[in-house]
Amino acid sequence: MENAVLRTERLNAYYGESRVVKSVSISVPENKVTAIMGPSGCGKSTFIRCLNRMHELVSGAKIEGKVLLRDKDIYQMESTLVRRKVGMVFQRPNPFPTMSIYENVLAGYKLNGIRLKRSEADAIVENSLRKAAMWDEVKDYLHRRGTFLSGGQQQRLCIARSLAVKPEVVLLDEPTSALDPKATSKIEDLMEELKESVTIILVTHNVGQASRVSDYTAFLYLGELIEFGPTERVFTVPKSKKTEEYLIGKFG
Amino acid sequence: MSDKKTALRLAKNKVFKFIVVLFSLGSIIPLLFILLYIFKKGIGVINWKFLVGLPKPPGVTGGGIANAIVGTLMLILVASLFAIPLGVSGGVFLSEYRKSKLAYFTRLSVEILQGIPSIVIGIIAYLWVVKPMGKFSAFSGGIALGMIMLPMVVRSSEEVLKLVPRTLKEASLALGIPYHRTILRVAMPSALPGIVSGVLLGIARIAGETAPLLFTAFGNQFMNWNLFKPVNSLPLLIFNYAMSPYDEWQRAAWGASVILVIIVLLGNIISRMIVNKWKTRF
Repeated sequence: MENAVLRTERLNAYYGESRVVKSVSISVPENKVTAIMGPSGCGKSTFIRCLNRMHELVSGAKIEGKVLLRDKDIYQMESTLVRRKVGMVFQRPNPFPTMSIYENVLAGYKLNGIRLKRSEADAIVENSLRKAAMWDEVKDYLHRRGTFLSGGQQQRLCIARSLAVKPEVVLLDEPTSALDPKATSKIEDLMEELKESVTIILVTHNVGQASRVSDYTAFLYLGELIEFGPTERVFTVPKSKKTEEYLIGKFG
Repeated sequence: MSDKKTALRLAKNKVFKFIVVLFSLGSIIPLLFILLYIFKKGIGVINWKFLVGLPKPPGVTGGGIANAIVGTLMLILVASLFAIPLGVSGGVFLSEYRKSKLAYFTRLSVEILQGIPSIVIGIIAYLWVVKPMGKFSAFSGGIALGMIMLPMVVRSSEEVLKLVPRTLKEASLALGIPYHRTILRVAMPSALPGIVSGVLLGIARIAGETAPLLFTAFGNQFMNWNLFKPVNSLPLLIFNYAMSPYDEWQRAAWGASVILVIIVLLGNIISRMIVNKWKTRF
């Protein structure tokens, strides 16, 4: 396998007493889209929330095992620093309602108290919006509120916002589950382009989406990693009976 | 048969609707009468001199209530400086740590504080502030009013901060923005219209409080800009003038009532407008 950016070693995640992620070890290759797929409630969201230390924000949540970002244990790093290196986009688009599109993209800098020169700021905004394939759509409305955009545009704005701080990995937590098919396919196309510059981990319960956009697929079931490998291989010759049953729609 | 039943049901509907509308109109009438009566009695006294002039002795015409207006503004200022920082941070705490024990007791005490009669709060302010400082003052009155305002600010801040979606805070945290900045720069601005409107409602409420000022701000016949001396306030002036046997003063009391009612109405109306116009769309 190629260079792994992010690795988990026997990762367990708990809510109180219940173990939701069970001893998952996985290596995420650089500049690829890795899909985490599985039925609802299988722990896939919880799993990726461990990768940027969002899991620990829930009271009673804890983890065991290791998450290594370029061989450094993220649980030994400053949590805010981890979250800048491992960005996240959520199920529902959540642009900051009090900020304009421009400010939303720069939120990672502004809210962290980082001052930018006007030219730098402009460049970051343009760059990030271009990467999110929405520069042409919004370049004339940069100073309007982000909440006036359509759902799909809002979600791409959120992607631009997470790209603006130049993360190494972006976690997409079912980014299209609240969007219509057209907006969904736009975001899927976007992932294809984005992986040139950033590693993507995509959580999805949609088998089709995983097969369309991902290079590697992990199948999670009841918190356990059932299978992990190149998407083509997992989808054509799954090693596990469970994976096969899931792929043909027997459950999930 | 079934047609008859339907007709009966429709008729019942109409009667019910009529009663509901009638009763809701009934609840507006007291307010209308109060406003009409106060304005009828008081509007004639109000002119520029009344607003900027100082009280005159009984029998002399043309006295004003400027000292009471200034005093009321000073009291509101002190109360706000006391109640807003405490109240908003209390609201942040309650909305962030909803289920902690401390939040439970805070919420309970805020509710109880809200229920304490204002005269009792006046006595407390007298014991805590007036006695140690050895004099009546605008400051002590402001503290008393602040204690009345505090629960309102806490509750309204808590309510609007609770409406800020968790996903919004997550978006901020996921950008590596520390918790305190997330609260101050993301959650608070989203909730700001609601917080401001809660503050304005609190101000409207305390602007009309009389009882707690009787032994704190005390009242003053003269203009006073010093926080640590007694001041007059509109409700106090109304109370004193309305009790007096002099026609002039009684008329002035009506005029002052109009001013006070306008302040309270404005507070309510502006707070509504803020909520409707600036409301954050999530």
